[in-house]
Formats: sequence, C-alpha cells, structure tokens
Amino acid sequence: MPELKVAVGRAAETVGAPTSDVPMTFTGEYLDEQRLILKPEEQALFCLSNVNFWYGHKQALSNVTLEFPMNKVTALIGPSGCGKSTLLRCLNRMNELIPGVRIEGKVEYRGTHIYGPSIDPVEVRRRIGMVFQKPNPFPKSIYENVAFGARVNGYRGNMDELVDRSLRQAALLDEVKGELKKSGLALSGGQQQRLCIARALAVQPDVILMDEPCSALDPIATLKIEDLIRELVKDFTIIIVTHNMQQAARVSDYTAFMLSDESGAGRPIEYGHTQELFTNPRDKRTEDYITGRFG
Amino acid sequence: MSVVPAHLEEVTLRATGAVARRQFISRISRYVLLAASLIGVAILIYLAYETLQAGASRVTWHFLTNYPSRFAERAGLRSAIIGSAWTMSFTVVLAFPVAIGTAVWMEEFAPKNAVLSFVKLNLANLAGVPSIIYGILGLAIFVRFADMGPSIMAGALTLALMIIPMTVIAAQEAIKQVPQSIRDASLAVGATHWQTVWSHVLPQALPGIMTGVILAVSRAAGETAALIMIGAFSLILYDNTSPFDSFTTVPIQIYSWTVRPANLGFQVNASAAIIVLMAAVLTLNLIAAIIRERFRRE
Repeated sequence: MPELKVAVGRAAETVGAPTSDVPMTFTGEYLDEQRLILKPEEQALFCLSNVNFWYGHKQALSNVTLEFPMNKVTALIGPSGCGKSTLLRCLNRMNELIPGVRIEGKVEYRGTHIYGPSIDPVEVRRRIGMVFQKPNPFPKSIYENVAFGARVNGYRGNMDELVDRSLRQAALLDEVKGELKKSGLALSGGQQQRLCIARALAVQPDVILMDEPCSALDPIATLKIEDLIRELVKDFTIIIVTHNMQQAARVSDYTAFMLSDESGAGRPIEYGHTQELFTNPRDKRTEDYITGRFG
Repeated sequence: MSVVPAHLEEVTLRATGAVARRQFISRISRYVLLAASLIGVAILIYLAYETLQAGASRVTWHFLTNYPSRFAERAGLRSAIIGSAWTMSFTVVLAFPVAIGTAVWMEEFAPKNAVLSFVKLNLANLAGVPSIIYGILGLAIFVRFADMGPSIMAGALTLALMIIPMTVIAAQEAIKQVPQSIRDASLAVGATHWQTVWSHVLPQALPGIMTGVILAVSRAAGETAALIMIGAFSLILYDNTSPFDSFTTVPIQIYSWTVRPANLGFQVNASAAIIVLMAAVLTLNLIAAIIRERFRRE
C-alpha cells in the first residue's frame, strides 16, 4: 500500500508546521459529488437521511445523510466538537437519555426507522451495542459483568458457556480464566475495556458502536483492541469514532470525515473507502485534516 | 564534594516569609479542626459517663421486665420496651419503602420540571418541621379523624410521616452519587430503566441510603413530643398485643420519670432507661452499618 504510506508520511512532514489559515469549520457549499450513500452491492445496514439533532437550542447535527455498510468497520473522524459522538449515540438511541434533546429526520436500521412511534429503545439497544470511551465495568465480578446483559434480556441457555464464549471473543479469557469471581474494577484499563466489549458481545448484538474506545488506553492495549476489532468485524458490523487518524487508517474499511459549521452543527463532508479517503481525498478540507493542517 | 558552578546561586528551600506564614496557618488549622471534632466527642463521653454513673446500677433484669410502679425500686421498662418495639417495627415498615421509593422516583423516573422542583423544595422544608407539629397532625388525622385512638398504629404513622422527608433527602443524595456511566453501560446492553435501577443504581446507592436510615431510626426511636401529642403519655400496665392498643415508649417513660419530684428517687430509673435506649439504638445502627459495609465492599 505505497500510496497510503505517502499520505501518512505527508502528515508527518507537516506536523509541527504552524496552523495554516484553513479554518476548522467550513463556510463553503457542500460538493454534491461527495458520495455519502453506498452502492447497492455494499449492503447498507444503517441509512440516515436528513438527520438534525439539537441539545436544547444548540444544533449539533445538521442534515446528516449517510449510510453504514454491513459487516465492515466504519470510522467517523473529524475535529473535536464536530458531532461524531453525537451521531454515534443517535444510532442506538442513547442520546435520548439526555434531557432536552431533539432529533429530526430518519435513522433507518435494516429498513426500520428506529425512532418510529412503536419502536422500543430497549429492543434497539439489544441489537446495537455500545462501548464507551472510558471503560465502565460494573462494580461486580467479571462473570456478573458479562452475564448481566444476557440475564436481563432473558437468556435461558448455559450462562457459563456464554460468559466463556464472550470473554474469548473479546480476547480476554486467557487473562482472566479461573478468576471470574474477581471484581471487574480490579483489571487494568485495557482489560476493563475488553471486559466492556465482552459485556456488549454477550447479548449477541448485530452492531457494535465504539466511541473512542482506545483514547483512555496505552499503546499496547490499543493495539490489542484494534486487532480485536479486525477479528470481530467478521461477525459484526462496527462503527467507531476516533480522534486518531492512524487508527482509522489501520482499522476501518470505510471512513466518514465530519466537520462542523459556524453554528457548531456538524455533518459528514466526505465518505468512502478508507484507502481512497486517505490517499486521494476529494475535498480539500479532508486533505487538510488528514495531513494535520488542523484538528 | 562537587563544585557549584558560578551561575547557580545559593538558594534556600527552608520556609521563609510568606511561605512560612502560610504553612503556619495550615498547620494550626489542622489542630483547630481536631479540637472542633473533639468537642463533640468530649460532650458525648461526658454525657455517657454521667448517665452510666447515675443509672448503671439500676439496669437489671427486673428493671427490664417490671411494669411501671409508684415505687422507684420496683418500676421497670417492660411496657415501654414492648411499646417501643411495636412502634418502631411499624414505623420502619411504613416509612422506608415509601421514602426510598420516593427518592428513586424523584431521581430516576420523574420528569425534570417545575412540579418536581416544587416537591423537592417542600420536602426540604418538611425535614425541618419540629416534631411536635407532626404530633398535632397525627392527633388530628390518625387519632381523631381515622378514629384509631391513641394507638400504636397512630403513633407509628405519625413517626413515619416525620422521618420520611429526611430519609428521602439522604436517599436522593446517595442515588445522585451513582455515576451516569454505570447507567449508560447498563442501558447500552438492553436493560430497561427499572432493571438498571434495581441491579445497579440501588446497590451502589445503598451505603448512602443506609446512612439515612440510621439517622432516621435514631430520630424516631428517641421521639417524645410527637408521641405525647397523640396521647401515648399514659400508664400502661400490660403487654401490647395489637397495633391498636394504647402504648408507651422508652423516651416517654424517661420523660415521665424525669419530671417526678426528685425525692422519690425516679431519676436513677430515668438514667437507667437512657442507657437501655442508647444500647438499643446503637445496636440498630450497628446492624445498618454492617449492611452498609457489605454493600460498600462490593
């Protein structure tokens, strides 16, 4: 992948350069050629159309139209405050836990608008799991952490086997085998995050949303989780928000670059195969961001 | 012995001038605060000593099992202990589910609007209302209007009303302390709101809630004025067998013995009864503290 290296190399060259006059937010028109919709053979799992989102009076997402493909890793990148985490949390209805929020537009998961009148958020969250930025295991044993989700969803099978399987899928079983009664909080940061991933896997979801899962972890733990993501994508669809462009380049199949306008509302500017976006970005703002001129 | 280069001037790192003054104040503050804490402890020790000295001799099995009497040596706490036990049992059963349920509803489920703020403000005020007002309320509603008479049930309901506001506030604070990340994690695996509250919020809030329970139980166990108002200030010479019996409690018995003329010798009984009451309250608090520690360790 020689071109990819060049793009990253360019970033390395411009790091340390003074921030240019390229603004962090865009003021121009959207280029209609930006492909934000997938081709039919790419099997879109999520279809967002004209999604607007407000925290009270402040608009955080403006006319977001985007599609996420099945069984692939999609990364959302962009500078701070551009709405990446907000967009992610819209996908499993976690945003409505915050008082005063409002959403407009369509968020379709497998063809069903998840904010429809008869749609139950608990059902949505069972199928669309989430891993948070700061590892947040329950103050219970490792076993209970993993078993909780399955239990509340009425799992009737062999719980020991499910816990084992989830921990193995999360690449944690070897490190905690035989110590499942230990408290989840006694693990290291990277292990706690993998425990949170195991917990999400135990309910056997369809999609795993990851909100900057490695930002609180050291580089070795980060690498382990990136490897884990590449393994998990064989069975799940993964959408990951990340500040780390190199991580996006390593881990994802598709990348969406988001930016916020003057009022602070964000939307995706460019979207495509990760390789294409990082080696040959169509929009100048994308190129400026990935080469480190701002953000 | 290294040679100090010319450009490094000698510097003193001992506290001087303003730093010395600030450090001095900081060190003194430590002792001042210690003294403040010791005042409370000292008062407690003094009171305990005085009471033990005055009444320890009277705390005998006969004292605990005799009925009140005209004669100080024969007067005992039997009816008061039984009355207190009945009343506290009902009070706990009536007050704590309501109080904890209210706190959970207010913090977890209620929509955050002006009505909720109004309710919270009123609860804070109710927690500060003198207990005798609750006695008058209990007299009007339970004793007269609901026709329960001066019974254990009326007393328990009055005490329950009295301790609910302070318990709600303590439980509320405990629930607020539970970090949102735990709730997020639970909801994200598809748990319902109630499942999240029952499995995660309440267990984590339990230590704080138990502290509120301890304070409320101590307050109710020692309550005198409210129960006197509803008519518990009477001579009870039998064991209570029904929640609708007339009754007396240990604090009321203490009061009634204290106000007798000094030459009749009932003050010793009063001191002894205080020892019994303190022992009972301490035991209840110990049980609640054990429960609290069990949940804290998890």
